[in-house]
Amino acid sequence: MTVNSTPTSEGLEIRNLSCTREDRTLFSGLSFHLTTGHAIQIEGPNGSGKTTLLRMLCGLRLADKGEIYWNGCDISEERGAFLSNLNYIGHAHGVKGELTPLENLRVSQAMAARSNSLPLDDALEKVGLLGFEDVPSRTLSAGQRRRVALARLLINPAPLWILDEPFTAIDIQGQKQIENMITQHVLDGGMAILTSHHPLDLSEDHLSRVNLAT
Amino acid sequence: MTNSSLSKAFIAIIKRDLTLALRTRSEIANPLIFFVIIVSLFPLAVSPEPELLKTMAPGVIWVAALLSTMLSLDSIFRSDFEDGSLEQMLLSPHPMPILVLGKIIAHWLVSGLPLIFLAPLLGVLLFLPYDAMPALLATLALGTPVLSLVGAIGVALTVGLRRGGVLLSLLVLPLYIPVLIFASNAIATAAADMSIKGQLYFLAAMFALALTLAPLATAAALRISLR
Repeated sequence: MTVNSTPTSEGLEIRNLSCTREDRTLFSGLSFHLTTGHAIQIEGPNGSGKTTLLRMLCGLRLADKGEIYWNGCDISEERGAFLSNLNYIGHAHGVKGELTPLENLRVSQAMAARSNSLPLDDALEKVGLLGFEDVPSRTLSAGQRRRVALARLLINPAPLWILDEPFTAIDIQGQKQIENMITQHVLDGGMAILTSHHPLDLSEDHLSRVNLAT
Repeated sequence: MTNSSLSKAFIAIIKRDLTLALRTRSEIANPLIFFVIIVSLFPLAVSPEPELLKTMAPGVIWVAALLSTMLSLDSIFRSDFEDGSLEQMLLSPHPMPILVLGKIIAHWLVSGLPLIFLAPLLGVLLFLPYDAMPALLATLALGTPVLSLVGAIGVALTVGLRRGGVLLSLLVLPLYIPVLIFASNAIATAAADMSIKGQLYFLAAMFALALTLAPLATAAALRISLR
């Protein structure tokens, strides 16, 4: 793999990324470039380092080797600029059980750099939580709590979505809704990276796959 | 990103933590009840002699305040760490030390401030002279924020560990000792009708130091813990 000069390109570029965990190499020499209007689906068996890769891409974990660039700048140097363009939903999705879905969203909205004009009630309605705005999230099912987390994607207009198994615990109808949200976002010029075994309804032009097992 | 959006985030964090505290009331009440129990057991166990209790009162109240704060420390970051909220906070474009300071303030409001209200009652229980009451309140007002601020560093360092409890006390206790010494000495001095300016200045200096440096250290420690 050749490493050329500093990148100037738009989007998220990964160069020669490696990860070792306790002497075991999870992946090495991983390079890809995500530009606007594209999605990348990370595939691989359990324990192949999918979540670790996503955490590296967010800067939550340091890369053992390799670089990650956002719009041509190293994400560890231009952290603020990168984070204000990022929407991350991890495995632990950060929905507080003691707060209602509405309160959870209100906090997320305050934490974000910008927010769009979509009212929070509408965001909850779009993820199928109409009528559950004011009950403690603790009493919701696992799938409903994940929907609360996914509603964050609608209120924060950040272009880059990094989603770790977004379809976990969500029913078939909901999976379709979430899938529509993701494809719509990509077609509108957004970017998405997700780990999932769920096939996405996007043409080859918009979707690429990265397999960590090979 | 503007200053107003940062102050909005700062206020949102404090409000969120206070709401969470109000909804899990037993968790806040536990350290406070612990505080009252420790102090009120002393007259029963040691001796109800007013002269003896009077000399012990400053130390007993401060040791109890310190222990009960340590009991409540873990709640600053533990549940946020477990459910992923802390990750979300780290990924917020707002400066992490400011958000951390919001969490520490919320912690002090539910664990430190009530101690200041309870302490005079316990002072009466231990025959603390009335002249020493202002000193008791002043040392608690300056000292308990230091306990929350310094404790937050310790919790941030140990939150990623499975059994961080013992390590947390070992890390934090040495840093609490100066507060304990100056505070209890100030109350004893006030009871003897002498000036306590020196001790109060020292406590204020420690407060200023902790207020400026602890949020930075805590934010850095959280980043390491989540790695």
